[in-house]
Amino acid sequence: MLRLERRATPSSLMRFASPLLAALCMLMTGFLLFSALGKDPMEAFYLFFVKPVSSTYGIGELLLKTTPLLLCGVGLALGFRASVWNIGAEGQLTMGAIAGGGVALWFGDSDSSLAMPLMVLAGILGGMAWAAIPAFLRTRFNTNEILVTLMLVYISQLVLSWLVHGPWRDPEGQNYPQSQGFGDAETMAVLISGTRVTWGIVYALALALVAWIFSQKTFAGFRMQVAGLAPAAAAYAGFSEKRNIWIALLLCGGMAGLAGICEVAGPIGRLQQQISPGYGFAAIIVAWIGRLHPIGIIFGALLMSLLYLGGEAAQMGMGLPSAITGLFQGLLLFYLLATDLFINFRLKRVDSGKTRPTAPRESVA
Amino acid sequence: MDQSGFENLKPRLVLTGIAKRYPSVVANEDVSLSVRPGEIHAVLGENGAGKSTLMKIIYGVTKPDAGTILWNDRYETITAPAQARRLGIGMVFQHFSLFETLTVWENIALALDEHIPTAQLAARITEVSEKYGLPIDPYRLVHSMSVGERQRVEIVRCLLQEPKLLIMDEPTSVLTPQAVLTLFKTLRRLASEGCSILYISHKLDEIRALCDTATVLRGGRVSGTAIPRNETNESLARLMIGGELAECHLTPREPQEVRLEVDHLSLISSDPFGTSLKDICLKIRSGEILGIAGVSGNGQKELMAALSGERLSPDASMIKLMGRPVGTLNPAKRRAHGLTFVPEERLGRGAVPPMSLAYNALLTGAQSGMVRRGMILPSVMRSFSKAVIERFNVKCGGEQSVASSLSGGNLQKYIVGRETMLQPKIMIVAQPTWGVDVGAAQLIRQALIDLRDQGVGLLVISEELDELFNISDRIAVLAGGRLSPSVKPAETSIEQIGIWMSGKFADVMPGASACAPSRLETADA
Repeated sequence: MLRLERRATPSSLMRFASPLLAALCMLMTGFLLFSALGKDPMEAFYLFFVKPVSSTYGIGELLLKTTPLLLCGVGLALGFRASVWNIGAEGQLTMGAIAGGGVALWFGDSDSSLAMPLMVLAGILGGMAWAAIPAFLRTRFNTNEILVTLMLVYISQLVLSWLVHGPWRDPEGQNYPQSQGFGDAETMAVLISGTRVTWGIVYALALALVAWIFSQKTFAGFRMQVAGLAPAAAAYAGFSEKRNIWIALLLCGGMAGLAGICEVAGPIGRLQQQISPGYGFAAIIVAWIGRLHPIGIIFGALLMSLLYLGGEAAQMGMGLPSAITGLFQGLLLFYLLATDLFINFRLKRVDSGKTRPTAPRESVA
Repeated sequence: MDQSGFENLKPRLVLTGIAKRYPSVVANEDVSLSVRPGEIHAVLGENGAGKSTLMKIIYGVTKPDAGTILWNDRYETITAPAQARRLGIGMVFQHFSLFETLTVWENIALALDEHIPTAQLAARITEVSEKYGLPIDPYRLVHSMSVGERQRVEIVRCLLQEPKLLIMDEPTSVLTPQAVLTLFKTLRRLASEGCSILYISHKLDEIRALCDTATVLRGGRVSGTAIPRNETNESLARLMIGGELAECHLTPREPQEVRLEVDHLSLISSDPFGTSLKDICLKIRSGEILGIAGVSGNGQKELMAALSGERLSPDASMIKLMGRPVGTLNPAKRRAHGLTFVPEERLGRGAVPPMSLAYNALLTGAQSGMVRRGMILPSVMRSFSKAVIERFNVKCGGEQSVASSLSGGNLQKYIVGRETMLQPKIMIVAQPTWGVDVGAAQLIRQALIDLRDQGVGLLVISEELDELFNISDRIAVLAGGRLSPSVKPAETSIEQIGIWMSGKFADVMPGASACAPSRLETADA
């Protein structure tokens, strides 16, 4: 029989090695999976993980998809460190896209240089406003932010759907549920010519750096960390729990909102019914695989972005179903949780009961 | 009753070469001990000496790595408490395992290995409890009982199984001095009927008064055996700590201006089984230590939370710091007015377990120059931390060691040191030496006295009466959420305080309430 036993000292090496191990296990399972499907695994691997990034355009796509994952992942990690379990970055992203997109539509064909800054601002504020709802409910009524943030995801998607089916629908769009396309002044500049990647990735990397400084060097970041590690110590020190919850949710909401506006003002170029293939949810995995550390999250976001690209390539090149992307995401999270368990625990064999060598069995009487 | 009769009997329990090693610590190594029928055998040692582990091995909770257990001349491998109970071993734990929402008989029925009809069980509870002088009503709900009464339930639960060996783990830490005497009578009566008793404690006076024999543990090993009656506190302490007990001295000092004033503070406890504070009044002046005695669970936790600001008062003027009303300010704002505090719970409240000592300095020291414009100043934080470690002789691997790697005593030295070096005007300390080894306890008490001599006002909440008599200028008692008037230690006695601890101070001093001028204050005026 096997039993889990707590390790006396958790290995700090394994804390950093476990995401790599998880990625490796994911690859190995993928290998078996491709073989079982009757595909040549080496070819499938090439198609999935190498070909998508073997051109400048491919690198651009990788960075493009990294942008929202990185923004949401860094924002979520700030909250997770403070034990604020916001899982609704997807909804905050959608709301940011709606708010920023609304400003873009209001500017219309104008070539005002104010358009882009105001769109970005509106996107950030939109995400923050959406995250303020769970923050208010948690601090005022002690509701569970996991449920509230999740439910608000669906509400935001329905709001977007209503807008593009109704008031904001493009009159010349042949009844497609989408808005008018944004003008040039309302579209983000491309960073590398020949690709679709925008300045969004630069904002995202800069914010990852700012987030790192915030959590390591500022007193506010320290307070949030204490709240996550030892709530009683935070109360004893007089750190306001409410303030921490507000900061965590607003920061993440703002970053997710920025991700939303970067998407609609970038590759998409308009509002439409679906604007994110689950970036906000995938970012939860990104945050954990990056060990809640902004630098780690950059790598996590790149990996997750590659899974999205590879999934698309596998659909087109091998005729695999679209579920392949979700499957790899799931494998990655599953193996990460499994390897993380062994940071703190080890398997120990236990003898099944009766025989114990310490005491002689005979009676001395 | 023949007290010395057991000496010719065959031992009931013999432990030989017991060892228990955990990954990071050796709890027991080569421990041997024997107990005869009718013998009250003390297991004496400091916190962390391995007493509780040894008892858990006997009771089948913990499995030893080596060694043998000989019970009534048979080698036994005790793998579970149920087996221990079948053999006739009963244990009363230091921390009770009772369900508060259930009645006495329900709690006892849950722990019994056989099924007994309610009426019959209730009758037996009454019979046994009265026989041993521990009256309890089987139909009472546990949450309405005092800690002492709850302990009776635990003891009666053991006695119902007619044990041949009863293990008592630090039973007196929750009792008033009078209740201790009652407990001793019960234990002596049990022993006279042939029951063996293993009595675990670190209180030397008690062991000398009660026990026939003693095994002393130090660092997991047996450091000696003794007949406590023939020993002095000093000789037992030497066996226990391997050194001399030092005493603290309080030089008389005239207290100065009032620094902390609590005025008719009443607070309903937020915990349904907690104790509400009722009409608390107290004053602490510069340069004095007010000791607050009482059995834990009588409002200590609630008073601490109200004073620190973790729980806000209904009215700001109910708590005044340096003359300013602060009752509605949070802990950080009260710190800005010169208050520091040391909580009872060190790991998780007084310190963040996985953070380094340096960051744990920042926890409460942010207002002392470790933060500028929102940014942490690591060098200030580290040098403060280093100074605390050096001045308070904290044994650790430096300011980068994580808090959870320190022993309880060293972490307490660090926390007391941190709060001391933040230069408080008022310091509040809960259970300063609980679970701390004798050397560290001595250092901590002296640090508190030094603060007093520098003019700081201190409030010390403690369960150790000896400690309070040692370091307090005045002592008051918290019982049932009410605070007694305060008296000078020289003008009272342990017995007097003991009576107050059971809540009877209003009877002793008619019309007495801490809110009326106390004897001391009228003398001052």
